[in-house]
Amino acid sequence: MSEQAQLLPGTLDLLILRAVSLGPLHGYGILLRIGQISGDALLIEQGALYPGLFRLVRQGLLKASWGTSDNNRRAKFYELTAAGRKRLRQETDNWNRLVSAIAAALGTQPEEV
Amino acid sequence: MKFLDSLRFRISILFGRSRMEAEMEEELRLHVQHRADDLERIGLPRAEAERQARIEFGGHVRYKEESREAAGGTLLESVFRDVRHALRLLRKSPGFTAVAVMTLAAAIGANAVVFSALNATLLRPLNVPEPQSLYGLQFGEGVKGAQSYPNYLDFRDRNRCFEGLAAYHMTRVGLDTGKNPTRVWLYEVTGNYFDILKIQPRIGRFFHAADEQGAHSAPYIVLSYGYWHSHFQDDPGAVGRMVEINKRPFTIVGVAPPQFQGTFLLLSPDFFVPIVSLEDADTLNTRAGRWIFETIGHLKPGVTTAQAAADLNSIGDYLQTTYPKENGKMNVSLSRAGLYGETFERPLRAFVAALMLLAGLILLAACANLGSLFAVRAADRSREIAVRLALGSSRVRILRQLFTEALLLSLAGGAVGIFGSAMLLRRLSAWNPFPQFPTNVPLNPDANVYAVAALLAFISGILFGAVPVRQVMRSDPYDIIKSGSLAKLGRRITLREILLAVQIAICAVLVTSSLVAVRGLLRSLHSDFGFEPENVLLADTDLDMAGYEGEAVPAMQKRMLEAMRTIPGVASVALTNCAPLSSCGRLSMTSVYTDETSDLRPSTVAASPLQFQISPEFFAVAEMPVLAGRIFTPHDDKNAPLVAVINQVFAREVFGSSAKALGRYFKVSNGTRLQIVGIAKDGKYKSLADDSQSVMFLPILQAPTSASSLMLRSKSDPQRLAAAVRSRLQDLDVGMPVFIQTWPDALNRVLFGSRLATVALGVLGALGAILSMTGIFGMAAYSVSKRLRELGIRVALGARRNEVLQAALGRAIKLLAFASTAGLLLGILASRLLAAMVYQATPRDPLVLAGVVLAMASIGVLATWIPAQRALSIDPARLLREE
Repeated sequence: MSEQAQLLPGTLDLLILRAVSLGPLHGYGILLRIGQISGDALLIEQGALYPGLFRLVRQGLLKASWGTSDNNRRAKFYELTAAGRKRLRQETDNWNRLVSAIAAALGTQPEEV
Repeated sequence: MKFLDSLRFRISILFGRSRMEAEMEEELRLHVQHRADDLERIGLPRAEAERQARIEFGGHVRYKEESREAAGGTLLESVFRDVRHALRLLRKSPGFTAVAVMTLAAAIGANAVVFSALNATLLRPLNVPEPQSLYGLQFGEGVKGAQSYPNYLDFRDRNRCFEGLAAYHMTRVGLDTGKNPTRVWLYEVTGNYFDILKIQPRIGRFFHAADEQGAHSAPYIVLSYGYWHSHFQDDPGAVGRMVEINKRPFTIVGVAPPQFQGTFLLLSPDFFVPIVSLEDADTLNTRAGRWIFETIGHLKPGVTTAQAAADLNSIGDYLQTTYPKENGKMNVSLSRAGLYGETFERPLRAFVAALMLLAGLILLAACANLGSLFAVRAADRSREIAVRLALGSSRVRILRQLFTEALLLSLAGGAVGIFGSAMLLRRLSAWNPFPQFPTNVPLNPDANVYAVAALLAFISGILFGAVPVRQVMRSDPYDIIKSGSLAKLGRRITLREILLAVQIAICAVLVTSSLVAVRGLLRSLHSDFGFEPENVLLADTDLDMAGYEGEAVPAMQKRMLEAMRTIPGVASVALTNCAPLSSCGRLSMTSVYTDETSDLRPSTVAASPLQFQISPEFFAVAEMPVLAGRIFTPHDDKNAPLVAVINQVFAREVFGSSAKALGRYFKVSNGTRLQIVGIAKDGKYKSLADDSQSVMFLPILQAPTSASSLMLRSKSDPQRLAAAVRSRLQDLDVGMPVFIQTWPDALNRVLFGSRLATVALGVLGALGAILSMTGIFGMAAYSVSKRLRELGIRVALGARRNEVLQAALGRAIKLLAFASTAGLLLGILASRLLAAMVYQATPRDPLVLAGVVLAMASIGVLATWIPAQRALSIDPARLLREE
């Protein structure tokens, strides 16, 4: 567990959007998917997912509907809206720019300045 | 249903057990379940798996809280928050809240009452199918609906524009159902009446045109629902029963539906009979003498009122040329059925419109006053508002909060007002000032009234809520926080103050007039009527209704008098056609001529006295003084020379003086000569305003009448005789309907107009007082609020309490004093008008003046109480610290 990374503020929303972009999921499913696509490298307290989910629904990026899970339990499934898909693209670009900028900054050797 | 569901959902959101909440809870629970499933799958026992899952989930409550916040509130929730905030603020200033709610309740209540009067009389058509095409016929310039029966038949048969024409006439008869004969109002209607109105009986059947077979045919009765309910206890067996009307047998054939109460709003009948059943052939065949109250019918589809009038007028012309002796020019016009054309509708319309205008003005004044109160509140809160603006709250948000407060108040006031007016209206509807006349104007508020009142409440909320808007929009948080809410103190007279002064003056006028009216009323109750009504019981009957005719009438009257004399406790008994001031409705004027006149024409009439037909004991029982000559004796009968007693006015008008009149002769319209044997003192006869009414008294034996009003002077409370009188009369004739009342009670009814005027003025005065109170309260509160700092400094510098009060309230008090004085003077002038309505109303009465001053002073004290308390409780230290 100790090799898991702390989540940066604001990145959970992006992860949720990304996870859901691969197909409708319920809350627990989203966590599993994030774990799966991130190689279990991120530490997320399970409950912390929900404020993010509700915020995204309120912003109209996700829509929710009740259904039945593989476990044969009732569950609320989330999927991306058109706005959500657009936002995911933008955020992904932003993120990539940020990451490369930060990486470039951090990777700079003293002689390059 | 969908709407209801969503409403329920929204309401449940408001009241804690929110569905969203429940869903959220469920979702989080299911998350834990899913996790536990997985953990179970890798080998943990279920209980352990669930425990583990809950731990992994983390702070359940915290995440739920955060989720709820993240999900955000709905608009409704934020409105709810506004409402709660407003309620909290209102609770903190109960004085303001009470004043505002009371003012609005009074203003909206007044509007609701007036509107339901409008609704009941003018807006709500008769309760019959297709009321919009139902019209009544009006004949001639004098806007009268009455017509003779043969003329009605011609109109009915010759017109081409109506689906049919029915006619009805109201009359009072004696009804004997086997027990307790009573006088009742009925409609005599044509046989086609119910068919033309297209209504169906509640039970039994109606009579039809085919039932009419000439005079005294079709002896059928249709009961009104109300009469069936109250006198037959809804007994279906009533149909088929035989009853007697004026001693003639009739069969009850059916009961009208509950909502149908006749076709004239001001008089609802107890039942309906065919015209032909009650009238004799003579009456039915006489073309002259219009007596049938109104002719009504539905216009055929597509026919305009103008076309119909033209059609009817051609019939009118035909009738005029064919029967020139009986018919003049007819000038037929159409009017909406229900209010008897222009005779009642036009004045009623004007009256109700005036009332509506007044009520509207009251509401506007209330809004203006509440608006200034609101401005004060906004000013008081300017610091709070400034802080909120500075912290980033939007002005819209703040305004919404102010409006929420205004609307809450207006709705509360509206609710109280509607509730109060509904109670009042219910009592008004049940109230019947004239038991002899069953007026039926159902004033009960219906959905229209509630809707209008709610709308008015809403509009007024918006109106007075809008007053502080400019204040808020313009306020600069920086300025206010820096300098406090100190505003420029204008010395000039503002529009608001002028309006307030006008209000106070009007209030003072109303208070003055109502006090004048009350005093006048009290005085007229104890004025000199020319007779002594105390301790006299009146038993009124009409032998006509009991089937007596000709010689049987005086014989029966003699027996009645004798029976009354044997009742213990009766001091003396007399008989008259009508007791003075008893609203019997039978007093008529007759034309008299001097003895020298031989050509008896309208232009030679010497006087038009009221005619009383009395038994000799009348003057003694009434204690009406006879100043000269003699009273009648039992020997003044048909075989004796004809005699009369006249009053002083008669004597003066015809002969110049009482002395000259005694012993002289005069003629009545049929040429008969009567000798004057006595002069009675002047009195009041028909109304309290009778000061110069000539009257003649004739011996009932010489001028017989079936109208018989027994007057019994009692040795004690006359009411106690009532039962004995009734039973004695029943012993004489079980089928004779009697109406018993004390003379003072009858007099009260004569005073009805004055009473009504007094009550109306009182109500208006109270409304005016409430409005003035809010107005002064607003102004005083405003001045205190604006000058808090100045007052604080004064207090700090050692000002005494009365000096502080003078500084704070001086202007408001001055305004009150000035406007009240003006109002009082105006009121004294206006009271001259009042004298026309309320007998003996005079403003030159120290009690009235003192009353007005006292009333206005108490209004002032009440209105300035709260602001004065505030001014006095100023703590300079705290105030200066805050600033």
